[in-house]
Amino acid sequence: MALTYLKNVSTLALDTDKCSGCARCGEVCPHAVYTFASKKAHITHRDRCIECGACALNCPDNAITVNAGVGCAAAVITGWIKGTEPSCDCTDDSCC
Amino acid sequence: MSEESCCPPQSTCCSLDAAGGSTLRAPGAEAPAVSTSLTFADRFGACRVRLGIGRNNYKLEPGLYRVGSPNDDSPVLVSANYKLTFDTLRKNLQGLDCWLLILDTKGINVWCAAGKGTFGTAELLLRIEQAGLARLVSHRQLVLPQLGAPGVDSNEVARQSGFRVVYGPVRASDIKQFIASGFKASPEMRRVKFTLRDRLVLTPIELGSVLKISLIAFGVLFLINLFAARPFGLFDIALYLGAVLTGAVLTPLLLPLIPGRAFAWKGWLLGLIYTAGALWIIGWLTQESWFTPESWLLAAGYLLLLPACSSYLAMNFTGASTYTSPSGVLKEMRLALPLIIGSAAVGAVLLLIKTFKG
Repeated sequence: MALTYLKNVSTLALDTDKCSGCARCGEVCPHAVYTFASKKAHITHRDRCIECGACALNCPDNAITVNAGVGCAAAVITGWIKGTEPSCDCTDDSCC
Repeated sequence: MSEESCCPPQSTCCSLDAAGGSTLRAPGAEAPAVSTSLTFADRFGACRVRLGIGRNNYKLEPGLYRVGSPNDDSPVLVSANYKLTFDTLRKNLQGLDCWLLILDTKGINVWCAAGKGTFGTAELLLRIEQAGLARLVSHRQLVLPQLGAPGVDSNEVARQSGFRVVYGPVRASDIKQFIASGFKASPEMRRVKFTLRDRLVLTPIELGSVLKISLIAFGVLFLINLFAARPFGLFDIALYLGAVLTGAVLTPLLLPLIPGRAFAWKGWLLGLIYTAGALWIIGWLTQESWFTPESWLLAAGYLLLLPACSSYLAMNFTGASTYTSPSGVLKEMRLALPLIIGSAAVGAVLLLIKTFKG
């Protein structure tokens, strides 16, 4: 059985007009969100997106936007407590 | 909190072969050679960090390393200075001649470090410069792990260093195949998985940190017991530990089989089944009904408190999972956290009433 997370939550957006079809986004995406047709990328599996931001950062055309971050409840709680952005600091205690 | 790290700047934990007393001053000659076989100490170290012991200081010196006898035509693979990552990489490089460029990710694995930006554009550019990579190799190509991509702007790297970034496979075990097929990864190599084994090795960390916090709770229970009409005993502790195991181990292991999508929901569901089941079995063994005026407070208290604990621990496993998005986690938490806290608080109050009333 495949693992799928919540539906319709990803902030991923692709500006097809800017896309030059280089397929870099498909190369870096760990969940095969993109497919390619008529020399353009298409977001075919949006609900698989984990908003890691790899595609947006590596897109040479700046055609992709996403609120990138880590999908980690502990990071969100740490952020709330410290009053910062979700901080992926998995280190125990205060040391290191 | 101090900004200063208490970790020593370099660790000597690695079983690297010495660079050897080479008198050649060829570029890269001083790069330490890396063995592609792991020793007992490496495997022991891996088990240790999986259990959460010394996990935050399991790293090696960043910089250039060599595997086999690389020359100016050999591929350059980039990785992180977490020793568990480094070991996984090098044991998959048997028979290859290549350079390893190890970034300083503060001993964090590639994917997490990329998320934080320590496996990032600036660090990569710095290491390329420091290693004299442009003089070391005649080609202009770097192989980065695909999971490093959230931290690295490959276009910027090319612009500033002249090196073209090629993203390799997700798993180190596919690297030989990737290189052999002309630096091409199959769609399968590009997909992140989350197998039963992946989930299993991640559970001890979570379990360890919960048990540490639980010791404080046990201390509080001990104090309460001084004034209690019905003191907390081994029965209560065992019941609680079962709920912890349900949320932190059982839910992650059974993740794909549990209906629903949200982690908190999955943990709550298993927690409820566990608690109801455990109470039923105890009632059956002791031939006592839970629905008497004396017992219902205890049963209701546990049915409210324990599934909430399991739910919270399962929710925390989102961070260890490979398929959760921050937007999704936030949505889940906004709904689940008030329910978890409310349920646990009411449950705890019922248990305390029972404890003092007897």
